[in-house]
Amino acid sequence: MHAPNAIDAASRAQDKWSLVFACWLLASIATLGSLFFSEVMGHPPCVLCWYQRICMYPLVLVLPAGLFPFDRKVVRYALPLSLAGALIAVFHLLLVGGYVSENIRPCTQGIPCTEVQIVWFGFVTIPLLSALSFFLISALLVLTHRSSK
Amino acid sequence: MKRKTPRVRQKEALAQQPQAVPGMKHKNLFVFSAVFLLVAFIVGALLYKSEKVDAAAEAYRQDKSTFIRAHSPAKGNAGAKVDIVEFFDPACETCKAFSPLVKKLMAANPDRIRLYLRYAPFHQGSDQVAKMLAAADKQGKFWETLDAVFATQASWAPNHQPQPQLVWNHIGGVGLDLARLRQDMNAPEIEALIRQDLADAKALNVTMTPEFFVNGKPLPSFGEGQLKELVVNALDAAYR
Repeated sequence: MHAPNAIDAASRAQDKWSLVFACWLLASIATLGSLFFSEVMGHPPCVLCWYQRICMYPLVLVLPAGLFPFDRKVVRYALPLSLAGALIAVFHLLLVGGYVSENIRPCTQGIPCTEVQIVWFGFVTIPLLSALSFFLISALLVLTHRSSK
Repeated sequence: MKRKTPRVRQKEALAQQPQAVPGMKHKNLFVFSAVFLLVAFIVGALLYKSEKVDAAAEAYRQDKSTFIRAHSPAKGNAGAKVDIVEFFDPACETCKAFSPLVKKLMAANPDRIRLYLRYAPFHQGSDQVAKMLAAADKQGKFWETLDAVFATQASWAPNHQPQPQLVWNHIGGVGLDLARLRQDMNAPEIEALIRQDLADAKALNVTMTPEFFVNGKPLPSFGEGQLKELVVNALDAAYR
């Protein structure tokens, strides 16, 4: 093994670690943020919000398993969660935007998923934040995978 | 010499790699970030809560109208210095559970507490029951009707599914003119009154019932003990 290659590999591993760490940071911020909305500010989560939480919260615990020690296969067990979450978030956005018709709306009880509880700067809503987090996490995970080739 | 298992060989290889040092750094970075995020969350929550309490108390000092409307059913001495405003849902089990506590607090401090009730019918269908109560108030029988509605809640709202038509079976003993009640509860003014209460609930950030404001101060966190403490503090401040 040549020395320059070893250093090269090490710095590449370092980069990949940082990418997965960034995913964990995003997931943690999203998790604590959603808990802040529901537990501190008192906005009750709707059914779709819960489905997105089901995809986001495990990432906070699963990603560190890929960080210590660093596991190149972390994509295999983290990406399904982030992609599923992204899909639900997109559906939620379509619902809020009115692009999905009322009769396939899954929430009949409790809080309607179309209710917009928070708007920042005129366009930032909770489902938008969720979609952004899931897409960013997915993109970073894919990047980790690709740069390992 | 024993043969090395692949696992041991892997471990040795890892130990020789330069990651051994960044590994420590990584752990520190991770622990630091986790602690930082948790502390930020807790500090943020505390700041938000205290700001909310201050804002509500300030709003109450300036203008009580969002808290107390002319139509709001009230009980207790009109000159009392401590006001309890309660947003309630007739179908809400916790509201029913809190009712004896509020009565006890008022009985223990006669003439010092005035209770105002506001409608927050969040359950689907319970707005009909709120309308009945508002119409009963027109006959001067709000509190008696409310007691009857709470006492029989389990039978007209089984599994949190209010069935307003069943309420009629349980308010016969109150002494209401039921024919008049039927007519009154569908009056536009009753509808407007409930809508006003719901709008006020939204303005005051009431998302769950029961929600209490004692002289404008919301519960710092939900619970019977917290309500008792809030009332005792308000009494101490007003009747020193």
